[in-house]
Amino acid sequence: MSPWLEKQLHLIDFTLASLGRRKTKNIGLLVAYTLIVFVLASLTLFTHALRSEATFVLASSPEVILQRMVAGRHDLIPPDYIEKIGRLRGVQKKEGRLWGYYYDPVLNANYTFMARPADEVKDGYIMVGNTLARERGLAAHNTISFRSYSGKLFTFEVSAVLSPDSELLSADLVLLSENDFRKFFEYPAGHFTDIALSVANPQEVRNIAAKLSSSLPDSRPILREEVLRTYQSVFDWREGIVLTVLAGAILAFAILAWEKASGLSAEEKREIGILKAIGWETGDVIRMKSWEGLLISLTAFLLGFIAAYVHVFHLGAAVFEPVLKGWSVLYPSFTLVPTIDGLQIATLFFFTVFPYTAAVLVPIWRAAITDPDAVMRA
Amino acid sequence: MLFQPAIIALLLAAGLAVVMLAGAAPFAVQVIRHWDIHSGSERQLALERRTYLFSTLLTFVLVAQLAALLLFVFNADRLSVMFVGAMCAVGTLNVNAWGFPSLIAQMAVFFLAAIWLAINHVDTLARDYPLVRIKYVLLLLLLPVLATNLWLEVQYFVNLKANVITSCCGSMFSEESKTITAEATSLEPLPALWLFYGGMLAAIAASLWHGRRGGRASGFLTALTSGAGFVAAITGVLSFVSLYIYEHPHHHCPFCILKPEYDYQGYGLYIPLFIATAAGLGAGAMQSFAGRPSLATIVPRVSARLAKLAAAGFLLFTALSTWFILASNLILIEH
Repeated sequence: MSPWLEKQLHLIDFTLASLGRRKTKNIGLLVAYTLIVFVLASLTLFTHALRSEATFVLASSPEVILQRMVAGRHDLIPPDYIEKIGRLRGVQKKEGRLWGYYYDPVLNANYTFMARPADEVKDGYIMVGNTLARERGLAAHNTISFRSYSGKLFTFEVSAVLSPDSELLSADLVLLSENDFRKFFEYPAGHFTDIALSVANPQEVRNIAAKLSSSLPDSRPILREEVLRTYQSVFDWREGIVLTVLAGAILAFAILAWEKASGLSAEEKREIGILKAIGWETGDVIRMKSWEGLLISLTAFLLGFIAAYVHVFHLGAAVFEPVLKGWSVLYPSFTLVPTIDGLQIATLFFFTVFPYTAAVLVPIWRAAITDPDAVMRA
Repeated sequence: MLFQPAIIALLLAAGLAVVMLAGAAPFAVQVIRHWDIHSGSERQLALERRTYLFSTLLTFVLVAQLAALLLFVFNADRLSVMFVGAMCAVGTLNVNAWGFPSLIAQMAVFFLAAIWLAINHVDTLARDYPLVRIKYVLLLLLLPVLATNLWLEVQYFVNLKANVITSCCGSMFSEESKTITAEATSLEPLPALWLFYGGMLAAIAASLWHGRRGGRASGFLTALTSGAGFVAAITGVLSFVSLYIYEHPHHHCPFCILKPEYDYQGYGLYIPLFIATAAGLGAGAMQSFAGRPSLATIVPRVSARLAKLAAAGFLLFTALSTWFILASNLILIEH
């Protein structure tokens, strides 16, 4: 073994023993440190999981959605509109979609009604999302009535409850046939809510959007990648805001670390004094104290990170859920897919170990320059 | 776009570095003016004690800067989803005019910090602090570099506007454009191959020679070949190594290899390359002080170790790139 390595090993050995002699003080610091890593790691793990969930969910949505605007407001697509688009090179499929919102006074919540082709949902039947089914106590073959906006009562039979796997998307969804949809909302014949276009080549999406807005100036194309980007920045922004709020906590922790490191007990001072008297140099004491900081940092980081992982992926991130997830009456319940990201860990390291080390440097130095005779005489 | 956790962390690191260095500056001036190792005065004693604090402080700041370079690139790569037209770090860095200057500033800080740390290391090993004045003069010179780096980073991140359409690596590293990167990119594979392996061989040979035999001339040569090797390595990555990794004859981007699609192979290439270059430069920088009596044995020992590290880094880099080339299905050169 190289002498350098051997020296470091002995230093670590000594540091561990000396940490063990002052258990209460160090455990207090370790708990505070672990707690701050836990809070920050929960935050980053949770937002990252939400981001990847959004990416995952949007992967199967249409590349372009075309809405028609009247006076800057979203309006219905008139009957000849789809033909007006004509054939666009690169567009594989274009279909008019029918959907709308229905306010249900029973739950005080809005449902999304969406028309599906007749081979999926027959007239008189509906399929409902899992959250909605749970809240209204619905199961397959139950019947349910909705009072439409025109005041008429419509009764449907539930043909199936949508799979819980799709709950993030289908929480408040009601699927019904096109005929029922048009009758229920008294939707004008031949009109659609918007148009979905599938584009095979992702690099063509922008060109197609440009062509659409030049041939149909009253339309607004919404691109999937833009929606995705918005989600990314919303989650990033929320994470950043919470981090900024937590900056106070990080600062408080740095002050605590400073306090702990500078408040050397008489016994510790004696220890350093004796070490120096028997031949340790200032540099050695600094090295020992740095090892102490490093050992505490790494232990706290590991413990905090593991606790955060359990908190987010096994306990549903109860602490941060309300701030980060967003809010709705019919909120889907979903389990997050555990993902760990290198950038997140690196950032987290900068937010915790960096301030801690910065805070303990000066106290470490103060301790290290202690004169042996001054200590031992005191 | 300041509310990105990684951006906050980067600004925190850069800001703290400038604050700490600025805090150390008055002390540095004191040391430069009053340092006298032979004096037993109270002031000299206080100065000697304080040097411990400041060299620990600076080691911490500069090590953090080494990590910040990695975080900067990692973050730029990750942010690329936020910008229209960006596909990797290039797009993000191209969003405004400050992106590439801040990357270059961060790289400059990395190498300068590494050199300072190397000099600091030999100084602390000697009994009589022979380089204390030089160290603190260098520190005062480092301060404006770090401040510029902070300023560039702030400009860059404040001006990151998501509505800007940036250009992707495909247009920037193409063979047609008229920039220095394009010059490197459009190099024919065969001469580029010679340049690359020539540069690597020279760097490895010089550092191995210095690691074995020592000597001032070979130390300077190590620094020189390390610097040149770095340029040759980057040129090689631009002109052909990246092509083999992408298995695509026209995609020259040096940043896409950092992406998960390519198994983060870029980090495997760049980390040894940067460490090797920094070690080689450090070994060369300390040769100027090899003549001091108290450093006569220390400098050769430390610089030999650094040179061995540099040789290992360059060797690893070359081996990895060769392996990527051989494992690739792309055929650039028929034989």
